[in-house]
Amino acid sequence: MEALDTLILSRIQFAANISFHILFPTITIALGWVLLFFRVRFSQTGDDKWMNAYRFWVKIFALSFAMGVVSGITMSFQFGTNWPGFMETVGNIAGPLLAYEVLTAFFLEAVFIGIMLFGFSRVPGWVHMLATGLVAFGTTMSAFWIIVLNSWMHTPQGFEMRDGVAFATDWWAIIFNPSMPYRFAHMMIASFLTVAFLVAGVSAFRWLIGDRSREVRAMLKTGITLGAVLIPVQIFVGDSHGLNTLEYQPAKVAAMEANWETQPSVPLVLFAIPDEEARENHYEVAIPNVASLILTHKLDGVVPGLNDFMAEDGTPLHPPVAPVFFSFRVMVGTGMAMLALSWVSLWFMYRRHHRHEGQTTGHWLAVEGLPKPFLWAMVPMAFSGWVATLAGWYTTEIGRQPWLVQGVMTTEMAVADVPAPLVLGTLITYLAIYAGLLVAYIGVIVYLATKAARGDGPGTTAPDPALAPAE
Amino acid sequence: MLPDFSNPADWLPWAFASLMGLSILIYVILDGFDLGVGILFPLATPGEKDLMIGSIGPFWDANETWLVLAVGLLLVAFPTAHGVILTALYLPVFVMLVGLILRGVAFEFRAKARDQYRNLWNGAFFAGSLITALAQGFMLGLYIMGLEQTAATYAFATLAAVFLAVGYSFIGAVWLIHKAEGQLQTKAIGWSRGGLWGVILGIGAISLSTPFVSNRIFDKWFGFPEMLYLLPLPVISAALIAWLFVMLRRMPFPQDRFSWLPFAVSTGLFALAYLGMAYSFYPYVVPDQLTIYDAASAPESLFIILVGACVVVPVIISYTILAYFIFRGKATELRYE
Repeated sequence: MEALDTLILSRIQFAANISFHILFPTITIALGWVLLFFRVRFSQTGDDKWMNAYRFWVKIFALSFAMGVVSGITMSFQFGTNWPGFMETVGNIAGPLLAYEVLTAFFLEAVFIGIMLFGFSRVPGWVHMLATGLVAFGTTMSAFWIIVLNSWMHTPQGFEMRDGVAFATDWWAIIFNPSMPYRFAHMMIASFLTVAFLVAGVSAFRWLIGDRSREVRAMLKTGITLGAVLIPVQIFVGDSHGLNTLEYQPAKVAAMEANWETQPSVPLVLFAIPDEEARENHYEVAIPNVASLILTHKLDGVVPGLNDFMAEDGTPLHPPVAPVFFSFRVMVGTGMAMLALSWVSLWFMYRRHHRHEGQTTGHWLAVEGLPKPFLWAMVPMAFSGWVATLAGWYTTEIGRQPWLVQGVMTTEMAVADVPAPLVLGTLITYLAIYAGLLVAYIGVIVYLATKAARGDGPGTTAPDPALAPAE
Repeated sequence: MLPDFSNPADWLPWAFASLMGLSILIYVILDGFDLGVGILFPLATPGEKDLMIGSIGPFWDANETWLVLAVGLLLVAFPTAHGVILTALYLPVFVMLVGLILRGVAFEFRAKARDQYRNLWNGAFFAGSLITALAQGFMLGLYIMGLEQTAATYAFATLAAVFLAVGYSFIGAVWLIHKAEGQLQTKAIGWSRGGLWGVILGIGAISLSTPFVSNRIFDKWFGFPEMLYLLPLPVISAALIAWLFVMLRRMPFPQDRFSWLPFAVSTGLFALAYLGMAYSFYPYVVPDQLTIYDAASAPESLFIILVGACVVVPVIISYTILAYFIFRGKATELRYE
């Protein structure tokens, strides 16, 4: 049990909390905008299907939002309870960024979500739409500030160290640090993809259990189209982010590729068991020259190797290889599955668009054109965004180790001197609560979908004219 | 008490301590009534429970954000103190977080889950609210005791935990007097009458014990001429308690007039009690260990936050008022339509 010291337990605890937390912002960031889209379409067309879609998803939004809020509060306290060294060293940088997140994002979302959820019949339609927009804007601002801070921890600049404490010298450089634009774009698109597949998956589920309502068609088309459009963009942005990482954190890229020696013409390792003791890969399956091609855009380009990041005494200065290597592959693999499913589905819906609601209309896409296996495949893919997002964050965060702030402080320097059993005990409690909440969350989504499909939810009932927005 | 405004290293920590103090006070009152309503939950019938949820549903999330702002300000303005306080309060902070998690998600789940799980989530809502209040009271007690961890300080902290939970349920009950009508309002008046005794005991116990924890605090209160300046504080508090006592005996008034008054008077009372505590501890952020000046971040970092805060906080306050205005009047069952 020697390995389970306070440091490793605190890291697992923080990872558990932040992994649980990120699931819900990943949904709310983009779902806020998708709800605004439904809300605007309803105002434009007056078609109830958009409002029904809005009413269905706003519930899941509210639930996800509450889960995000409560798990986020946990994070803000954990800085102090488990990682006091972080703020003591870089508090002058991290502090203002976190403060701006609270001031410009948290209050905005928290206040207007009340109006968005419960104000429909109390405020004029435009105020309700504005509230929906402000909540979406608030979640995005929140993501922006937290990504700024996270990116600064990967590629710090605009500061100087005095007596072991960081002092800001250039806020512009801190905010627009080299990896921020890539990470922010990558995360925003990840959020939209998560929501695209969630909307498509839940709608496919409703379709499969017999729900043929018009909003299910609208939701399915919205989800699949959003996914199909964004996944190529995400692949491009992800590639650019990788090139940025190669420039600023080469050890992370070396671990992602499980490349031990700095050399030209590096093959792309599809599968391997990286062995840090022997410093080689076992059972390697690789395509020659492709890693060089991806990372340098040249077949014989030189890719940095892990053996360049070793201390004189033989301790590695690079991240643990296997977790970074595998989580990167899980992310890319999930992305490829998303690409295949969304494009093939889009093609089927387009090819048979004349089947739209059993008649030939001006529509470009018909849900009726989707073969059943594809609809079934979409159901488990509803949570594929979560898998890819978590795997991506594990790649980048474990890939920064042993650093907490690259080149400035190690993770070990920040940890609190709390007895290990205390950390273990709280960790187990958190895990139990999170497991219970996750089961309840997914259970409620399934229940809401079933209820809406059966027709006794507000999803399919005719809207009560008395409940129309006040004008 | 006032800093030297020509020296940023002097007035910036003071400004941040004030801002943090203000957000803690706003939190205690606003989330105090949310949590209080949660603690009173088991006393209500199922129909009343929905109305109680309706009276806090549109606000709880924003109310809780004041806690995030307060701990955020502690984190960004006084990072050293943040580390010392939160590692000392490791376990009660954890318990509070569990409470906040349960309370926050129960709001949503009780309305959306299958009917057979409804009682489970009602229970989680009550338990979460109570656990949060007790943990916060426990932390308050330990903080007053200078974060020392002995059997005696734990005993005092346990007492403070009970008093804070009673205090929250009191302010929750007076909030319900304003937001409810009929049977539930009558019940809420009864709860307030009972809760007021707990508030008197709690404010009394904390006010009497704080000066005896440290000589410094004793001298601040019982020195001369400070005692004269401070006299209005206990006198006004006593007057507000007497006012509440008489008013609650006579409520409800005809046509439901002044239903908001008990909440307003209670807010005043809580603010005075809080002011007294803030006076006792100033200028320390960790009692008798770290002053706000020892623990403060670099002035340039504080300044850039203050600029943002000066622009944004008035905006936050105005849209918060807007939200309370939109959801004014008696609570109804919450609907998304």
